[in-house]
Amino acid sequence: MKVIVAKPGLDGHDRGAKVIARALRDGGHEVVYTGLRKTPNEIVRATMDEDAAALGLSTLSGAHDVLIPAICEELIKEDMGRTVVFAGGIIPASDRDALHALGVRAIFGPGTSTSEILDFLNEVSSRKKSGEAVGVGESSEWRWE
Amino acid sequence: MEMGVKEQDIIRSALQGRRRDLSRLLTLIESGFEPNIPLQESWTMGVTGPPGAGKSSLIGNFVDYWSSRGDKVAVLAVDPSSPKSGGALLGDRMRMVSADSGDSVFVRSLATRNHPGGLSAYISTMIDCLTACGWNKIVIETVGSGQSDYRIAAFTDRILLVDGPDRGDIVQAEKAGIIELADIIVVNKSDLEGSEQAAEAINSSLSMGPSPPPVHLVCSHDGAGIEELIHDIENCIPEARSALRARERLISAWDSRLLNNPELNRVVGLLETGSITLEDAIKEIASSEV
Repeated sequence: MKVIVAKPGLDGHDRGAKVIARALRDGGHEVVYTGLRKTPNEIVRATMDEDAAALGLSTLSGAHDVLIPAICEELIKEDMGRTVVFAGGIIPASDRDALHALGVRAIFGPGTSTSEILDFLNEVSSRKKSGEAVGVGESSEWRWE
Repeated sequence: MEMGVKEQDIIRSALQGRRRDLSRLLTLIESGFEPNIPLQESWTMGVTGPPGAGKSSLIGNFVDYWSSRGDKVAVLAVDPSSPKSGGALLGDRMRMVSADSGDSVFVRSLATRNHPGGLSAYISTMIDCLTACGWNKIVIETVGSGQSDYRIAAFTDRILLVDGPDRGDIVQAEKAGIIELADIIVVNKSDLEGSEQAAEAINSSLSMGPSPPPVHLVCSHDGAGIEELIHDIENCIPEARSALRARERLISAWDSRLLNNPELNRVVGLLETGSITLEDAIKEIASSEV
């Protein structure tokens, strides 16, 4: 799958995002890494140009509840509702339901193994193949837990 | 692949300038689809050179310059696929600072999918589509490449060779290969020690030939020398190279056909176990072609 790993907002480091990008590469995915400090518009633009099947958002700064909704809404508005959105970094449990309700299909916290993220993408891939709704703008209750 | 109704809609919409559908069209082409689109004359430049020379950063400079002057710049940036996992880490985009910034810039990252020469035959179809969709400057960034990698000559009119300061002694510049084909040579990282000597070594080596290409010393980081370089790019009359271009195009198409042959994996399996010879394997592949 073609996957974008993006860093929205003002985080100062991206060790985690780079580890994920590398692990996805080793799992056979084509991964585009955006680099640090991207705006929601830039991330949506990159997702469009790359025609990515999935978008992974890594945030550590605490601004996830502003940045992630902005990205999800813009994706849907720009006709990319079939993109699978997942998130990671520092996202408190109390904020997760709201993100899932926006169509974010998985949220990975600290300590997640890279193989779990690959399992998630494999599950996404097989659900996509069988025509199930998994995109951010598609109505589905499914989430990775 | 046959053109279905859905593909026709995507092509029509892309030609009308809808970016989302241009992007979809490139995905279709990447998976083997050959669209029927009106051909126009394109402006193309290949940017090649060893890994880490600063190809992507330099393209970022070009994108800024051209887009601010009203050009529509499209970049196809190629990075290698893993021969082990088949995956790829496409990191060129992050070096092009304004890649995601505006309507006059389009950047697409592509994995080689282990295509020999690092460039698939579909690159030329992509160039045709981008041109038809109104992108008037098209830049192809190759994978980090070596002295004998010149498949880029199959696809672009101009070739820019980018190198860094740490290139060894003058004999490196005397060797045959891509350096003979470049229309313009760039030594990037002029802020680093050794860059002037590197440019000088290349210059003096090439000056022995009939029409030596210009050698530019630039720094993509602070923009030094970039405007002069762009001036030369815009005024360069590329060498025709028509025989070489035809040859590289043919080899590229041949490679693609081999890689897409449904019998390939089976024949590789037979070779692996030693049950057939290399000569037989070639015959098997050839006979499976219709």
